[in-house]
Amino acid sequence: MITELKNGKLYDPTNGKDGVVQDIYIRGGRIIAKPSSTEKISQSVDLSGKVVMAGAIDMHSHIGGGKINIARMMLPEFQESRRYSEPEAHICSPNCSHHATPSTTETGFRYIEMGYTAAFEPAMMPINARQAHLEMADTPMIDKGGYAMLGNDDYFLRLLAAGKDQKAINDYVAWTLHATQAIGIKVVNAGGISAFKFNQRKLDLDEAHSFYQVSARDILKSLSRAVYDLGIAKPLHVHCNNLGAAGNFETTLKTIEAADGLPMHLTHIQFHSYGTEGDRKFSSAAAEIAQAINQHKNISADVGQILFGQTVTASGDSMMQQINAKHANPKKSVIMDIECDAGCGVVPFKYRDQNFVNALQWAIGLEIFLSVNDPWRIFLTTDHPNGAPFTSYPHLIRLLMDKSFRNEAFAKLNLDAQAMSNLKSLTREYSLYEIAIMTRAGPAKLIGMHDRGHLGVGAGADIAVYNEQTDREAMFSQPAYVFKDGELVVKAGKVIKVTWGATYTAQPEFDIGVEQDLKQYFDRYHTMQLANFKIDATEISQDGRGRIIVSKQHPITS
Amino acid sequence: MWQNPTAMKILDDSVQLISATCPACGLLCDDLLVGNSTPISVKNGCPKSQIFFRQAVSNTSPSMFGVDCDLNAAVKAAGKILLHSSQPLFSGLGTEVQGMRSVMALAETAGATLDHMHSESTVRNTLAMQNSGWQTTTLTEVKNRADLIVAIGTDIVTSHPRFFEKLVWNADNLFNKATPEVIFLAATGNTSAGTSPDGHAPTIVTAETVDLPAIMSALNALAHNKKLDAHEIAGVSVTALIAVLAKIKAAKYAVIVWSVGCLKIPHAELTVQSITQLIATLNENTRVSGLPLNSGDGDSSINNTSAWLSGYPTRNRFNVHQRGGEFSYDTYHFSTQQQLNNCDALLWISTFNAYAPPSSVAPTIVIGHPDMQFTQAPDVFIPVGIPGLDQSGTMFRMDSSVALPLKAMRKQVLPTLSDVLRQIETLLA
Repeated sequence: MITELKNGKLYDPTNGKDGVVQDIYIRGGRIIAKPSSTEKISQSVDLSGKVVMAGAIDMHSHIGGGKINIARMMLPEFQESRRYSEPEAHICSPNCSHHATPSTTETGFRYIEMGYTAAFEPAMMPINARQAHLEMADTPMIDKGGYAMLGNDDYFLRLLAAGKDQKAINDYVAWTLHATQAIGIKVVNAGGISAFKFNQRKLDLDEAHSFYQVSARDILKSLSRAVYDLGIAKPLHVHCNNLGAAGNFETTLKTIEAADGLPMHLTHIQFHSYGTEGDRKFSSAAAEIAQAINQHKNISADVGQILFGQTVTASGDSMMQQINAKHANPKKSVIMDIECDAGCGVVPFKYRDQNFVNALQWAIGLEIFLSVNDPWRIFLTTDHPNGAPFTSYPHLIRLLMDKSFRNEAFAKLNLDAQAMSNLKSLTREYSLYEIAIMTRAGPAKLIGMHDRGHLGVGAGADIAVYNEQTDREAMFSQPAYVFKDGELVVKAGKVIKVTWGATYTAQPEFDIGVEQDLKQYFDRYHTMQLANFKIDATEISQDGRGRIIVSKQHPITS
Repeated sequence: MWQNPTAMKILDDSVQLISATCPACGLLCDDLLVGNSTPISVKNGCPKSQIFFRQAVSNTSPSMFGVDCDLNAAVKAAGKILLHSSQPLFSGLGTEVQGMRSVMALAETAGATLDHMHSESTVRNTLAMQNSGWQTTTLTEVKNRADLIVAIGTDIVTSHPRFFEKLVWNADNLFNKATPEVIFLAATGNTSAGTSPDGHAPTIVTAETVDLPAIMSALNALAHNKKLDAHEIAGVSVTALIAVLAKIKAAKYAVIVWSVGCLKIPHAELTVQSITQLIATLNENTRVSGLPLNSGDGDSSINNTSAWLSGYPTRNRFNVHQRGGEFSYDTYHFSTQQQLNNCDALLWISTFNAYAPPSSVAPTIVIGHPDMQFTQAPDVFIPVGIPGLDQSGTMFRMDSSVALPLKAMRKQVLPTLSDVLRQIETLLA
């Protein structure tokens, strides 16, 4: 059976197509070349005047695992926000924010209804990975995957402190990817989560962990090297130290230097771009950060834009969330130390446009978007739900594409914050082609999903079709059609067919000998068996809905 | 003791010892070795796990009003009850993740109210957490880091037998910590497990459970450096309370354990909240973490599953007629006790233990442990496999951070809860 999508205007950066009108043919869930005249076209859809892009990919969104479920339990009142039709803050539009803690079903539905066909859980604690996969398995419509968190786990810190060679680290990293069915590795506040358990309250890049006497720099160097050596496509995903602290841009700049030319992805960089200028000792360092990204081709970043309204911040960074809990709104938080593996902090936040700090955070995020030159190295995220729920992406896209809309919003902000931002002088407007890069082609390339994020022959037929409108928020909030693996699943912005996506993993080669030492470690220090820590592929596929796709990785280069 | 010969054999004859995960308490120990011979041996087992792994299958037949029937007939009768019900109550919910997934699916079809058998206790923790949050830790952290255990209102081991053996008196730990000190405050039960292997006795502060609200308030006041204008609080000397607080402050990593199931007192919620507030206050300067003990029968599993599938933990309801169907949450009105007066059908589920349903005038369907005994035979009873013994599953530990697979340990003669619920759901569609 062949489906033909006729006369659509394609924005397909991977294949260099910028608004080219072209037909697409689908068979067996994949895009195929134009069939011969003898082959039967079963279904033909006319897309004249419509914009066609590959399904969007959210490369950083907290969709599965303990933290969000804690948020759901702590904040039952948030479920009411589903009913809100008016935005909470006066500068926002209807798609701006609202539901920060959707159920897994709603998560899948809301993503596909915006034309997103994949989302990645960026902070999968290895010890909690089974829960993350259970939740992702119950998330319909979209493909998913997770980045396993390392760098605060005692096994790794012991290896590093004992001066074990890079091969030992690499084997452990690879083993973790297999055992947790992950596609990438993340570090959160390198060493800081562990240090907090020893009552350290802050850990700078070159500060020693009080027990292990290793620094965050040592941790980042070791793990970024491991990811590179193993040939993992996804660069090490780094949540820098000192999240949210005024003056933290210096830590971020030093972290970029510490990468030493190896690929590194800095996540929710907005939260790490703060200076200390001005009367309130809080300022934008977006220009410095953007300049550093522009200069360092090995560095990529996602923004973690904040938008105004009620949300909840769910982070592995227990050390910094302990400090942020003072600003909780409503006033409650959950902080956990977890299994000699990591930790978490769940703190509700209400970002207000008349609050100086919040208003400046909003501006800093946009300044970064507009000041980083290469759209292949900057990604559109709100760090769902930490900056805002992912449902606000259409609003964010309009802010990037529409200068006057952006400036009107800016003019309504806290006046002191306006005075501290150069946002109005940034006249750039993102093009549809650039939006397609930062939400489709870029994330697919970054994560190593070779057959996604583009519309070339052989690609998986994840396709979003939008009615072209000057109001980009309206346009991106309601696709005319979405195809998932070739099936029409969304029509006029509503799900018409429920499907279940796949889970992407990376499975690099490694020396299984590493398990001998791990087994001893588990038996001596853990409270579970090594065999039960490992997640079998059948756990994800056994219900007949899920399946695992092992993403092809780069060959080992050294 | 094995009565049913087909259910007697552990799965593979060639295997002598099978490593098992035990769902009999919230510690979810997975270091058990169960022997493949009669009588069944259980290595590393506690009294609870011995009973769990050595139980026989006593009854495999479904019944209607106490009269045996085949599974098909029982499923049909259950379907009919739910089809004619507009306000069904699904209670008990003694199951694990896979079972709860099926419960949630059926609840959406039937428009059911959901409540767990232990939620009188669990909800008190949840409400305290929803009111002001909390700061907690997990079992491996306790094992490696804790140098002080403060047990409030509980001896811990009655509900969680291997707690001290596995997590406190362990010989190995990652950070060369000292052997932990143990303090029992208003503990009921048997505190002897708090004596260290080298004979160091725990500190016992005797008080009545009902006085814990006053005692916790006093500790909070002391933690805020307030001077108490009293020599004793509810019979406990202020000096003793100051000493407890000093030990917590001096510890590198103190763990405060409470069991909401033991707080069968008025103001239990406030007691939990004053425990969590004490922890929050002390964490300004030192490290202290809470460890709430769970009540069992899959409470952590079903509340986690419910939360990600519906947005709410239990005491929730799927409203079929609202906006095309959605969940709502009400810890008061959706309790089993309240709903027993209002529901027009009761589905009671208890797969781990043979806990019988509360009596109800509404038509009653019971799905669960084959040993269940009834004072009044329900309309329908369907015995199903026990997760971790008859069938595989996925279970959350008490600390919610770890979920482990449960194994099928013996040949399956009973259907699974999910099988039965799916069949019933087909009849409602």
